[in-house]
Amino acid sequence: MLDIRGVTKSYGTREVLTDVSFTVGDGRMTGFVGANGAGKTTTMRIILGVLSPDEGTVLIDGVPVTASDRRRFGYMPEERGLYPKMKVAEQLVYLARLHGLSPASARRNTDDLLERLGLTARAGDTVESLSLGNQQRAQIAAALVHDPEFLVLDEPFSGLDPLAVEVVMSVLAGYAAQGAPVLFSSHQLDIVERLCDDLVIIADGEIRANGSREALREQHSSPRFEIRTAGDTGWIRSEPGITVIDFDGDFAVFEAETDAASQAVLHRAVALGVVHTFSQQRPSLATIFKEVIA
Amino acid sequence: MSFTRPVHTAPTFAQSVWLVSNREITARLRSKSFLIATGILLLISVASVVAGSLVSQNESLTKVAVVGTAISVVEQTEAFDIVESDTVKGAEALVRDGTVDAAVVPSNSADSLLGITVIALDSAPIDVLGTLSVRPDVKILDPAEQDGFLAYLVAIGFGIIFLMSATTFGATIAQSVVEEKQTRIVEILMSTISVRALLAGKVLGNSLMAFGQIVSIGLLVSIGLAVTGQRVLLADVGPAIVWFAVFFAFGFVLLAALYAATASMVSRQEDVGSATSPVLFLVMIPYFLVIFFNDNPLVLAIMSYVPFSAPVGMPVRIFLGQAEWWEPVLSLIVLALSTMVVILIGSRIYSNALLRMGARVSLREALHK
Repeated sequence: MLDIRGVTKSYGTREVLTDVSFTVGDGRMTGFVGANGAGKTTTMRIILGVLSPDEGTVLIDGVPVTASDRRRFGYMPEERGLYPKMKVAEQLVYLARLHGLSPASARRNTDDLLERLGLTARAGDTVESLSLGNQQRAQIAAALVHDPEFLVLDEPFSGLDPLAVEVVMSVLAGYAAQGAPVLFSSHQLDIVERLCDDLVIIADGEIRANGSREALREQHSSPRFEIRTAGDTGWIRSEPGITVIDFDGDFAVFEAETDAASQAVLHRAVALGVVHTFSQQRPSLATIFKEVIA
Repeated sequence: MSFTRPVHTAPTFAQSVWLVSNREITARLRSKSFLIATGILLLISVASVVAGSLVSQNESLTKVAVVGTAISVVEQTEAFDIVESDTVKGAEALVRDGTVDAAVVPSNSADSLLGITVIALDSAPIDVLGTLSVRPDVKILDPAEQDGFLAYLVAIGFGIIFLMSATTFGATIAQSVVEEKQTRIVEILMSTISVRALLAGKVLGNSLMAFGQIVSIGLLVSIGLAVTGQRVLLADVGPAIVWFAVFFAFGFVLLAALYAATASMVSRQEDVGSATSPVLFLVMIPYFLVIFFNDNPLVLAIMSYVPFSAPVGMPVRIFLGQAEWWEPVLSLIVLALSTMVVILIGSRIYSNALLRMGARVSLREALHK
């Protein structure tokens, strides 16, 4: 478990992070969402020890991270970077060895990853000769090649074609499934929505929302319901405590003042005939995001 | 952790440095431009030795035309290629058409000490006159150990090699620092190994390459001198070459740290040149000083202790026999200490400036933040 506690950071007089605290649980895919300049990259750099915080600490299972712990992280910086003139496989082996892997396991991991990311054919090519999408895959391989126990990935999906997004998503999900805490930032909220278990929303250097995706949705849900039945739903208008927002024959969207009122509608609908769907409208991540950072 | 994963032990500082320096070396050896430049440098070194030996072996004798009794005077000297001519007129014709450099004919004047007249085309032929002249006895009180011209050549040789190696590898280090910064791989590196290990690896790798280059040049020149039979010269230059290599090893590390530190303050390859130009001046100074002051013992003595010029200044003084046995040792200690100080300051600049992208980082910011 990765714990970020009370982290504050200033550049000169400008405070870019204010008392940032959140947790990345074991095996949890944690989405880190915020506008440009909100402080995501700075936070990630501090977690990786590339920057040092003015205040606050980063803990692994309750113990402050040391320099030698950092090599247990897999890190993908926001600005991509690998040696342009170095061959892909050589580069991965080099990075793995810097993390302490033996030559043999460095080579084995490299081959495995290139295979999984569909880059085997490009292993002997220099990075600069790869297409952007393939460079991106190589970058992801660079973050994973040393069997990291934690993943911190800054915008891992940017610049990937939809196919590559699927590949990378499954690789990351695989890591989380093995129990690794995974923190990733993304502007593509639909991907975050599909992928993450937990969500951290940051704005102006402050954490605005933080928790499991479902809990956040619950929190930000309006008391709005959808119903679709076999017959006409016009009767809902006259129910007590109900305001109909939208109506179209067998379909209606309504707001209920209380839970009891919405349940009463469901009871009556069931009594009247077949109910196809009855659900509370869940806000999309984009909606929650806008609400939270507003 | 709740799951199992292979456990890898963190590399030690030394291992990290070694890995980084290995990468630097491999990258250099893969670079065509580096291989070509090294090849040319080695070729020039060998060529200069061979050319030197050819010039000294084929010193052709001066051709003179000789008429009549003058031949006895000219033959004594054994320094001329003699063309006999029957008449003075004929000898003059040979001088005019350039077949000979001068003509020596019997003198008409009764006052003539040697009894000969030298005929030349447009000016007095100094070499001919010098050879034919009667010389007074000469006594040299304190003979110079080395011929002045040779000393000049040796000084320039050390100067050029130092200048070329230092600028080539200095620029290489600077570029590789900015490459890492520009491509941002430095962020991954910094999250993996310490900045000091990164800097040390870069300096070590490139210093090894530069040192290897210097040693190969030294070996090639020595072998060249031996093979072409210039053993006398080898015995004179040999110790200076060895000291040069030793001084170069330390001097280059110092320059490498300076190049790395100054380069880390900029973010783009285009800015490397202007950022590292102060270091370039430091490298050029010894070169120009030896060219202008190689016959000035005081300037050479000072140069041989100033860290930046010591790698050139001290070997030249050793070659000239001007240095006491302890002088290179003392100078080397001064150089080693300044190298350590520069590495400390350099690594501070380096670690502070590495993550700052965009505008050039000022020296003050790099030192204090």
